[in-house]
Amino acid sequence: MFKSIIQLTNLKSDLFMAKKKVLILLAHPSLHRSAVNAPLFKQAQKINGVTAVDLYYEYPTFHIDIDKEQQRLLDHDVIIFQFPLYWYSTPAILKEWQDLVLEYGFSYGEDATALHGKTFFCSLSAGGKAEAYQSDGYNHFTIRELLNPMEQMASLNGMIYLPPFALFESRAASETGHLQQHLAQWQILLEALVDDRVDLRRVQKLQKLNQYIDDIIKKD
Amino acid sequence: MTGYFLQAFIYLAAAVIAVPIAKRFGLGSVLGYLMAGVVIGPVIGLVGEETVSIQHFAEFGVVMMLFLVGLELEPKMLWAMRNRLMGLGGLQLVGTTLSVMGIAIYFEQSWTIALTIGLIFALSSTAIVLQTFNEKGFNKTDGGKNAFSVLLFQDIAVIPMLAFIPLLALPELIEKAQNTLVSAAATHEELSLVVGLQGWVYALVITASIAVVVFAGHLLSRPLFRFVASSGLREIFTATALMLVIGIAALMSLVGLSPALGTFLAGVVLANSEFRHELESNIDPFKGLLLGLFFITVGAGINFTLLFNDFSLIIGLTVGMMLLKALILYALAYIFRIKNSDRWLFTLSLAQAGEFGFVLLSFTVQSHVLPSEIAQTLSLVVALSMFLTPGLFILFDKVILPRFQLASNKRESDTIDEKGTVIIAGIGRFGQIINRLLMANGIKTVVLDHQANQVDVMRKINTKAYFGDVTRPELLHTAGIEEASMLVVAIDNRESSVDLVKYVKHTYPHIKILARAFDRGHSYLLRAAGADFIELETYYSALESGAVAMRCLGYHPFFVEQQKSAYKRTEDKQSDELYQAWANESQGDRFDNNYRKLFIELEDKIKLAMSDDRLGKHSGSERGWTPPPKDYADKQSESDNH
Repeated sequence: MFKSIIQLTNLKSDLFMAKKKVLILLAHPSLHRSAVNAPLFKQAQKINGVTAVDLYYEYPTFHIDIDKEQQRLLDHDVIIFQFPLYWYSTPAILKEWQDLVLEYGFSYGEDATALHGKTFFCSLSAGGKAEAYQSDGYNHFTIRELLNPMEQMASLNGMIYLPPFALFESRAASETGHLQQHLAQWQILLEALVDDRVDLRRVQKLQKLNQYIDDIIKKD
Repeated sequence: MTGYFLQAFIYLAAAVIAVPIAKRFGLGSVLGYLMAGVVIGPVIGLVGEETVSIQHFAEFGVVMMLFLVGLELEPKMLWAMRNRLMGLGGLQLVGTTLSVMGIAIYFEQSWTIALTIGLIFALSSTAIVLQTFNEKGFNKTDGGKNAFSVLLFQDIAVIPMLAFIPLLALPELIEKAQNTLVSAAATHEELSLVVGLQGWVYALVITASIAVVVFAGHLLSRPLFRFVASSGLREIFTATALMLVIGIAALMSLVGLSPALGTFLAGVVLANSEFRHELESNIDPFKGLLLGLFFITVGAGINFTLLFNDFSLIIGLTVGMMLLKALILYALAYIFRIKNSDRWLFTLSLAQAGEFGFVLLSFTVQSHVLPSEIAQTLSLVVALSMFLTPGLFILFDKVILPRFQLASNKRESDTIDEKGTVIIAGIGRFGQIINRLLMANGIKTVVLDHQANQVDVMRKINTKAYFGDVTRPELLHTAGIEEASMLVVAIDNRESSVDLVKYVKHTYPHIKILARAFDRGHSYLLRAAGADFIELETYYSALESGAVAMRCLGYHPFFVEQQKSAYKRTEDKQSDELYQAWANESQGDRFDNNYRKLFIELEDKIKLAMSDDRLGKHSGSERGWTPPPKDYADKQSESDNH
């Protein structure tokens, strides 16, 4: 009796607040050594409405199941690439995933609208300092600029592109305490995405998702 | 003859009925045997006087048990416990002997009698304690290990005691004995090599016999076992194992040493041998039966008339003796920093008198140290204390342990994640590779094979392998299957591998089984038997060979790789269907029509998956990396112009 009441109220809140389904595609080729991405992934797994997929676990030989992955995309509203930044881009399997899954006729090309209106962004960790990712910095480009191919990929597929959620100086993050802060922000961000409380239009213009976590959550 | 059959039947029937009942009520097998003994002895009177002679025979179970204990103890470990052995064991023995002696003198016994009683009561029951430890899994606990050191020290101490006790003989008893008919001294005299030898010669003989055991164990046992194993006859291996134990026991008795000590030593010497598990599984059933018989005779030997005549005295003596022993043990545990539940285990497990007490008692009567009335009373006290011991274990298991567990559960977090052991059955060409990969990753493996020369080869290249027939439940048990998390079945016999999978899945459902199949039919049998993972032994190498052939014919290696995976994918998808068809409609190895139809279908599907894009369509394996159509660029600029 009591249980069914709870179920009923859950149902009610579902009805009143449109829940979004979030898909995280993690690419980390050596997860057993990971200090940032592993805890982020673990935390995401526990959140209702979030599907967290470890691509290297599922496709250790890179034989990606195209049908399965396309179905996954259809089943979700928010797509996140989670990865450590390798040579200013994703680890190899995420590139392979794009090459295979985002087929002509499925997500781009004539009458292909499978991904239209879905939200897309990258959650990444980088070894360099935040200051290095500036036009006058060591890496000469901002992180958002470096991810331009992703932005254009999203655009060609008709998706709403958000700036990256990034952690810099990731090698020292657990000692400096930045990891804890990042994890807390990650939680807030994912919950807000599930509850559809993110002001997409405002966020789109930013350089990074991080600094604005508190602002992006609409006051109820 | 009929009489023997009847007796054997009575003993076996009593055990068969009482032990499972005792186990079901959580009382442990020892109490079950004791009760069985009480029922067939004093209560219904089915057995009588002969129990004493059977008991002497059954004491051999203790000898076998110590052999098995030795097998579990490598010499390194024995050396590591030398402090506990001497310190804890020595203090327990001396402390208990002196306290009992003091109390006996206070009750106006002469000092010789008091000392003898002290020695008898200082010993605990190796049989009951080790059997119960085994059953309840206390062996590995700190309390269990310490209790074992004490027991081992006691077993060793029995030998000097036997030499020392005759010196305490009472003059008036000897006189009495001489006055009565001259007892046939010759029959009492046991067969011995060392009678009448001078002290230094005796010492030499003892040293030499121990050297023989160690030397033979190290150098001769291996060739012997290999020779026997090569015959492939299981019962001959059993005979060899028995011959070994009995031979050592005989040798030790001949030179006046304890057989238990001798076989223990032999066990330690053989602890590193690749035949260890096989020896264990061969001796274990004998040990179990003999010990059971021993416990039954203890129960049957309880003299109820004597007990009821002197009820308060005997109960008082028993409880007093146990309290005193427990007190001393508790103090020692405190001094030696044995903590928490382990302290209680140590205290309660050893607070009884043991089977060596009986041995010493009959010996003291023979050597005129104790008058037989006192010996009878004491014998009853020893038996009663053994009878009460299972109760103490139950007290520990049900009352004390849960309280400590509750306390420790609150403190500790659950971060222990120990990797379970993998048992690899069969270390031929297939098992070897699995073992190497697992070992290189720090995973603990136990490797078993029934071919002694194969085991030899593995040992030469530093792989720990054991000889033995894995299809025998006892061997799997000694290899630790209860604690293992996975079993790899890579043995060369089709039928046995299926039987093994069936047995293990049935008995230990939690264990994952990875089985090697010779062909499709075998893989279905294994699957039907319950194997969790099945790999066909030729599948991957054949697939790879096909790929080599394609590359050799000039196909691009990456394309070949794609075709290979397409083949595998199709095969995987279809295999379930094929299995179901096989399971439903075919019997055993016979493939019926429907199965054949499905198999042809599979061939077609694989062909389809491989087929080239002759029709302008991409093939199954080439689905990936599909470029947009040729007019894509034009269309794109068109839409830009809009």
